[in-house]
Amino acid sequence: MKWHRISAMFLRHIYLYRHSLTRLVEIFYWPLLDLLVWGFVSLYITKISAEGKSTPNFLGIFLGALILWDILFRSQQGISVSFLEEVWSRNFLNLFVSPLTVGEYLVSLMLVAVFKVVVVFLVSALLAWLLYSFNLFIIGIYLLPFMLNLIILGWAIGIITTALILRFGQQAEVLAWGIAFLFQPVSAVFYPLSVLPKFLQKLAMIIPASYVFEGMRAIIFGRHFSLTLLLRAFTLNLIYLSLALFFFFRMFRQVRVRGLLARMGE
Amino acid sequence: MAAIGVPVLEVKNLSKSYNSFPAVKNVSFELYPGEILGLLGPNGAGKTTIIQMLMGLTSPTSGEIKIFNLDPEKPRQRERILSRMNFSSTYVAMPYSLTLKESLMVFAKLYGVKKARAKIDSLIDQFDLKEVADQPVRTLSSGQMTKLNLAKAFVNDPEVLLLDEPTASLDPDIADRTRKYLLEVKQTRRLAILYTSHNMQEMEEISDRLLFLHHGEIIARGTPEDLVACFEGEDLEDVFLKVAREVRP
Repeated sequence: MKWHRISAMFLRHIYLYRHSLTRLVEIFYWPLLDLLVWGFVSLYITKISAEGKSTPNFLGIFLGALILWDILFRSQQGISVSFLEEVWSRNFLNLFVSPLTVGEYLVSLMLVAVFKVVVVFLVSALLAWLLYSFNLFIIGIYLLPFMLNLIILGWAIGIITTALILRFGQQAEVLAWGIAFLFQPVSAVFYPLSVLPKFLQKLAMIIPASYVFEGMRAIIFGRHFSLTLLLRAFTLNLIYLSLALFFFFRMFRQVRVRGLLARMGE
Repeated sequence: MAAIGVPVLEVKNLSKSYNSFPAVKNVSFELYPGEILGLLGPNGAGKTTIIQMLMGLTSPTSGEIKIFNLDPEKPRQRERILSRMNFSSTYVAMPYSLTLKESLMVFAKLYGVKKARAKIDSLIDQFDLKEVADQPVRTLSSGQMTKLNLAKAFVNDPEVLLLDEPTASLDPDIADRTRKYLLEVKQTRRLAILYTSHNMQEMEEISDRLLFLHHGEIIARGTPEDLVACFEGEDLEDVFLKVAREVRP
């Protein structure tokens, strides 16, 4: 073993962090998110124990939440990772010198996302039933609007991520893997909104996913879920999707002016 | 072959600046059916930027581009233009995980090719790719990849073809065959080709006319013989070296 070779490789990675803000942020990003999510989960469990209530159906809450969360995540990845596939295989330019329009390209990515979501959802639901006797379909007819809401939010996040990758290149690739998780703590995936501090509860009101997870818990607990809240989630989602599309087209125009599109494809 | 007929591509006073850096300055030229026009110049001369603007990947700062008398800056017209032209570059690849046949099928569908299977089979035969037709693209050699790129470029029977160093990674035998094929289709289909290469011998052999670019400007134009005479060089390679070293005609 030669120290100069080890230090050369160490230096190589330190240089990388010095020049990339996204990589630097990523070091702190995941631990911080884990701390937030699992901290709130712990608070939730502690609160239930302290209130001395009967133990809720944790299996249903956590498994259901996990499967539904994956819908949002796969939907976002269906857009941004499918886009990255073209960049990685240096096929991107070939697509955009064909008659394919940007709108057609985005619709195709949305369809890929739905395909991924459906396949992953069916497999996960089947495994949850086989391994843990948990039937996600107890949510009943609400399952469809819940899924649709998560898919639309996933599309919106995926489109914004893709626009940022287009604009900032490889540096922004890390967003494709992590950006959806930024919404996890305030979406109240594994715990009710009431566990969050007041200011985060307010923030959660503008995150459509929080309505879905609150709704899921309400149904699993045998309570009524308000249709008004579901409609609010849909409205927010449609606003976000419209804003995401507007942002993408704007970025695409800017990328053309700056000549970055061609660089992305080579 | 002399340029005749109505140009399929017209560029007038085209300029592109990135911030304050002028990458292309006031460039004008035409491309005619059945003609190979070579874009020549040292690295950073503006060749790639011009090709990018022709394909609508980069928007011009000023000037006008007309392809088939349509404007690529207008989305609907761009769509119509791109369905009648194609592009191939050594620096661009095809989807790695798909087989060669699947890749071509994707592009046949993108270009709305009728009888796509028959077209793909004929391209596979034409470019001698039968043995690797069902192999994933990632397993192809660079020569096979270049041939696949060229096959893709012919999938829609284009009327205008933009080729960016198409033979850069080919061995001399395959490069020679590719040039002969291009010369043949140029004649038989009256295909218009815009061609870039750093291989001066190739440019001399294949181009009907050449545009010599330097620092974003066209500094000379004409047949390969014209350019050699204009710069008082021994051959095109000699002319290239003179230009790259800032010797003006």
